[in-house]
Amino acid sequence: MVAPSRGSPIVSLRGVGKVFGTGTLALDGLDLDVRGGEFVSLLGPSGCGKSTALRIIAGLSEPSRGAVTWMDGAGSGHARDIGFVFQEPTLMPWATVFSNVFLPLKLEGLDKAAATPRVMATLARVGLADFAGAYPRELSGGMRMRVSIARALVTAPRILLMDEPFAALDEITRFKLNDDLVALWRELRMTVVFVTHSVFESVYLSERIVIMTGRPGRVSSELAVEQPNRDAQFRTSAEYAAFCRQASEALAQAMRAGAGAAA
Amino acid sequence: MNERTLRIVLPVVVLALGVVLWDLIVRINGIPPYILPGPVLVLTTLCADWSILWTSLLATLETTIEGLALAVIGGIGLAVLFNQSRLIEHSLYPYAVILQVTPVVAIAPLLLIYLPQQAAVLACAWIVAFFPVLANTTLGLNSVDRNLADLFRLYRASRWQVLWELKLPAALPHMLAGLKIAGGLSLIGAVVAEIAAGSAGAGSGLAYRIAESGYRLNIPRMFAALLLLSLAGIVIFALLSLLSHVMLRRWHESAIAREG
Repeated sequence: MVAPSRGSPIVSLRGVGKVFGTGTLALDGLDLDVRGGEFVSLLGPSGCGKSTALRIIAGLSEPSRGAVTWMDGAGSGHARDIGFVFQEPTLMPWATVFSNVFLPLKLEGLDKAAATPRVMATLARVGLADFAGAYPRELSGGMRMRVSIARALVTAPRILLMDEPFAALDEITRFKLNDDLVALWRELRMTVVFVTHSVFESVYLSERIVIMTGRPGRVSSELAVEQPNRDAQFRTSAEYAAFCRQASEALAQAMRAGAGAAA
Repeated sequence: MNERTLRIVLPVVVLALGVVLWDLIVRINGIPPYILPGPVLVLTTLCADWSILWTSLLATLETTIEGLALAVIGGIGLAVLFNQSRLIEHSLYPYAVILQVTPVVAIAPLLLIYLPQQAAVLACAWIVAFFPVLANTTLGLNSVDRNLADLFRLYRASRWQVLWELKLPAALPHMLAGLKIAGGLSLIGAVVAEIAAGSAGAGSGLAYRIAESGYRLNIPRMFAALLLLSLAGIVIFALLSLLSHVMLRRWHESAIAREG
């Protein structure tokens, strides 16, 4: 498969709405393009439907209205091309780290011998090569999340969907994983859609921030973060602070708009 | 003394005190053995009647283990079937409950009329043992992590893969808990049926020996048989607990010793 040129959309959401069985309108008229190779964050208050949008892109949830179009013609949720990282590590507690990462390949029908090099290479990539035989409960929260990321990466997906993956981690671990994620994104040249409610995290990680209003969720504004270097220096720079202020203001505006719509 | 030692020492002390008290009551009051035999007499009877009691124990254990094995096959099989098809679950589940809530003592005489004796005894053991396996496995199969289930969906797992790779391993702790209950119940089912069968004719299990000794006023042997039954129950429970521990010790909270 030819990789799409950088910048052209690989998946488009047009007028996507989602009504849950309880009658809650989670999304309404959401328009979003995800471009090949970009790192885009969906930033919004809790309950603004950003996770729902991610699940719709993954094909785990069907939109009630509107359309999701994949530019390569493959259906939504094209198994091999999507990696998904949940808010919790979501590992199988009865299986070793190796078996957890091997799972997507196993479900595809690969046998263990054939998959072992790939699984081990992916584990090495997230710094867990020495823990292949460990069980999830023997690992720290940050390590479990790394396993979860390795499992999402093992199929070499074109698009990685992440649903507030670091929200439950302590700050030191979160910063470390942020750095590792940026490095992985650079190295693997994949597309990342990252859902977060943290302004600081979204500015640090992404090239583009899509700010969403709450109830019902739709796009409020966008912010481009043009900054090639994502490192400790960037995190403490005046530029970073300025981006964070911009994003915070945009978020505050989105929340006011959301509150206005709800009233 | 640490917690662990206390947990072993205290019950042993209580047992020793109980036996001494029992012995004293029998001696001081001069109670005749056909009313209440002393602990020493029960032990000597156990040794003297060992060959009869041992054969009977084996017969009862055979029924118990067969009943338990059938309960595990039937319980897990039915739970999987229920999990795969709502239609089957709604059609059959009420009858599984009815089978469970009807006292097995009341069913045993009927079964003995319609089935050969050995089959009837086995059926009783099965009836009481299978429900905990079914109920626990059903609970386990339904308590799969939703996100994990989504992950399997994302990777287009087949129904079979979801069952084999996700649902059954997730249900394992519940299944093993059900098995632990079922082991004891299977023994109870076997004993109840043997007692019911005992009055109907030939039998050879331990419970039959108890009934038979009762008619003959051989009270020491009744006690010896009861002691063996109790021990059998304890051993079954201990073995199933060990099995559960071995299968879960690497990953499940219930089997992990807390440190600190």
